[in-house]
Amino acid sequence: METLIQQLINGLALGSIYALIALGYTMVYGVLRLINFAHGDVYMLGTFAGYYTALRFGFSEAAPSFVRAALLLLVAMVVCAVAGLTIERLAYRPVRQASRLTALITAIGVSLFLENVGQIIFGANPKFFPQVLPPQQFPVYGAVVITTPDLAILGASLILTIGLHRLVHHTAFGRAMRAIAHDLDTAKLMGIDTNRVIALTFAIGSALAAAAGVLVALRYPKFDPLIGVTTGLKAFIAAVLGGIGNVSGAVLGGVIIGLAETMATGYLPATLNPYKDAVAFAILVAVLLVRPTGILGTTAPEKV
Amino acid sequence: MNIWKPHLGGRSWLGGIAVVAGFFLLNEAFVHGVFGYGLSAYYLRVITLVGISMVLAVSLTLVNGCAGQFSIGHAGFMAVGAYASAAVTHFGGAPFIALLEILPAWPVHTLRLWVSLAVGAAVGGVAGWLVGLPTLRLRGDYLAIVTLGFGEIIRVVLLNIEPTGGALGFTNIAQGPEVPGRSPDQRFALFLEETMFFWVALVATGTILVVGRLAYSSFGRSLAAIRENEIAAAAIGIDTTRAKTTAFVVSAALTGVAGGLYAHYDNYLNPSSFTFLRSVEIVTMIVLGGLGSLSGAIVGAGVLTILPEALRDLTRLFPPSVTAAAPFLASLPDYRMVLYALLLVGLMIARPQGLYGRREWPWLARLFLTRDGEKGVG
Repeated sequence: METLIQQLINGLALGSIYALIALGYTMVYGVLRLINFAHGDVYMLGTFAGYYTALRFGFSEAAPSFVRAALLLLVAMVVCAVAGLTIERLAYRPVRQASRLTALITAIGVSLFLENVGQIIFGANPKFFPQVLPPQQFPVYGAVVITTPDLAILGASLILTIGLHRLVHHTAFGRAMRAIAHDLDTAKLMGIDTNRVIALTFAIGSALAAAAGVLVALRYPKFDPLIGVTTGLKAFIAAVLGGIGNVSGAVLGGVIIGLAETMATGYLPATLNPYKDAVAFAILVAVLLVRPTGILGTTAPEKV
Repeated sequence: MNIWKPHLGGRSWLGGIAVVAGFFLLNEAFVHGVFGYGLSAYYLRVITLVGISMVLAVSLTLVNGCAGQFSIGHAGFMAVGAYASAAVTHFGGAPFIALLEILPAWPVHTLRLWVSLAVGAAVGGVAGWLVGLPTLRLRGDYLAIVTLGFGEIIRVVLLNIEPTGGALGFTNIAQGPEVPGRSPDQRFALFLEETMFFWVALVATGTILVVGRLAYSSFGRSLAAIRENEIAAAAIGIDTTRAKTTAFVVSAALTGVAGGLYAHYDNYLNPSSFTFLRSVEIVTMIVLGGLGSLSGAIVGAGVLTILPEALRDLTRLFPPSVTAAAPFLASLPDYRMVLYALLLVGLMIARPQGLYGRREWPWLARLFLTRDGEKGVG
């Protein structure tokens, strides 16, 4: 029972990370119908931005503090928001009128670019993120504890997700975004500055990925320029699982994938344990075969 | 639909013989340096890999280009074909080695390679059918993602199969399992080393012919109809599920053959060669060339295979005096993958429809038309 609760906590923490990244995938897909393959690499940029900020200001394990961690989070989010804006302006906007496959290949090109530039500038060797959070443990139930990094991950992602939800559903900007997701051309006719809204969507998605990048590094300190590949892929799967284009779906999908992965690591019999990397994909395939548009996705009837 | 008789003025078999003989002579020239045209092992490798890429790109064109169904899991079919054919070569060598005693070497080796490739095709096709049948009812991006998921599952499974090496990779494919106290039989491995260019060229040509003939047949027109509007295609009586599944199975089988060629060429396989990035690379080839155009797929396969290698040699373009004056030019090869990525993005922005759009080289399209001048919808 205690292991189960501990696994649940770990799974929720991992799931929140996936959810934060998945939100970026789903928002961009919502407005542009583009699978933004470079998103995982923006997440990687976030980790590096946090890391170099920590180095620059001398933040380290020696003087742990919540404020400093929050500061790192904020800086990384700003850096990646700017990176997201730049990528959208330079690479995606020129191909927006082209076919969706062209845009997809462009996204793959941007992803390759970020990974390789990352390896040249940051070096390909793994680095270790300074653990700036106070190393405390809080008892939850019996021997089950929740550590500060887990708490930070759960708290920060909850705040960010609620913030995003309010932004999308209770502001004029959110309404514009939903209008574009519904129909870009009509939204334009209604006087929405679509370029601006799309650019801001990229900025927000990238900032969320950066937050995930710093948060994950506070729990698993080892990172390198290629961390975005696998994590990005799994977060993307989470977005699809929940129903891509749907904000609540991304969160749900992220939590499901995170929980499933932790449970698979903990509970699969020894002979099946090597297959835990396939669990996320297996869940995805199984769900899509039953619900072809994801768990919370809606099927629009096709017009003839 | 008769896909075996290209329109060559009724003498298609003559053309076939000429092509086979031509490839054979090229192989002799490249490998042994007959006529003074020997290639260094490196260039021969690049050319052979281009051929394998062509098989991959052209077979994917049938699904992504002709039928408009978006698969980004073809690395999985390539892996399945590669491992199946490699396993047949590795574990089923005994009868062929026995045959070597009574028959000359080359027909036996040829037969052995063909049997392995055929198994690769069959297993690839079956995998395509198993994946395609349930998933092809999904539309657009969702189909893409499920094929991606299957591709990754196949890779993880291969990572955990012990007889074929698991994560360590499948070594000594052509030599067979190690027998203690006996030195491995190198004959088949040497045969492959000397003739792989020929086989790859032959299979690439065959693939182009098969896919082209299919694309320009009535079946190809059904696929085009499905691509343009699936509901309308069903309304005029096309069995869309059947057409899509057939295209998927043929494509997966041909991709399996490409995997088999790859396995026999390298004599080594590793699951890490078949990640999702490999699938993406194949998709990139056909989009870069122009989606739906076979000429484009051929050029795209060539460009994307040669480009990273060519960028390796970039500094040779500058005379020594220039690199001495500007030392950063000498370090350009370190940036080759960055340049590759930039070129990819730049090309997509400059030519969003791909290099060839939907056009074909006229001489190539002529090979695909039937005798009564039937025209296809490319």
